[in-house]
Amino acid sequence: MSQQRRQFLRRTGVLAAGLVAGLCKPLLALAASWNKDAFGAKTVADTLKGLGATGAATSMAIVIEAPQIAENGAVVPVEVTSNLPGTTSIAVLVEKNPFPLAGKFDFMEGALPYVKLNVKMGETADLRVVAWAGGKTFTATKEVKVTIGGCGG
Amino acid sequence: MAAGPMRMRATQGAGFTDIRVLMTHPMETGQRKDAEGKIVPLHFIQNVTVKLNGKVVLEAETSQAVSRNPVFSFRIKGGAKGDKIEVSWLDNKGESTSTESAVA
Repeated sequence: MSQQRRQFLRRTGVLAAGLVAGLCKPLLALAASWNKDAFGAKTVADTLKGLGATGAATSMAIVIEAPQIAENGAVVPVEVTSNLPGTTSIAVLVEKNPFPLAGKFDFMEGALPYVKLNVKMGETADLRVVAWAGGKTFTATKEVKVTIGGCGG
Repeated sequence: MAAGPMRMRATQGAGFTDIRVLMTHPMETGQRKDAEGKIVPLHFIQNVTVKLNGKVVLEAETSQAVSRNPVFSFRIKGGAKGDKIEVSWLDNKGESTSTESAVA
């Protein structure tokens, strides 16, 4: 009886180890990159440096849709479209947040340079969008007035 | 609140397919204090990946500045009815979730 139990334990042990190994694999594969320098930057200038986007030219071809006045800074809808030909990436920054960078989106073959997301805004500030197209960087801003900040709680 | 399931809808527009995805995640900024005055540690989604029929078409890096329970819209060129869209995320604690849907 105890012999059977031991065998059972050994077998399930091997099975469990196999399962864990199997589960860990896709997790490792998922561990994609995350730009620590850009996301950890506390100023817009440092963020742009971290993104490698210093000296980006202002462009009217980047369309930012966001409310002029946001009552709730915790959820501010932002819609970005880049009409620059060959846009490969778009980054969204909230200029006066403790950490300005909200996200960077890389578009591969098949995706359109468009993204819509909700961001938190601590106070009234400019939303800045940086777009990469044809090896160059472009930028545009739009001011959003915030009635209630969305960083504290 | 813990991280939870996702919901997704992919619908055809004029020449593109609109992917709308809702993720359940607290997106803690690391600045908020709980009822006892202790700071709630950073907990946010860092990476989002969108696949079309198994091929990666969009990769995103995100920060804690994205709102709680994030909603994203993405667009892919063309897209036919039945095309398989897969969206997954990974947060700073190593948790991840993915969801799959066909273009309607």
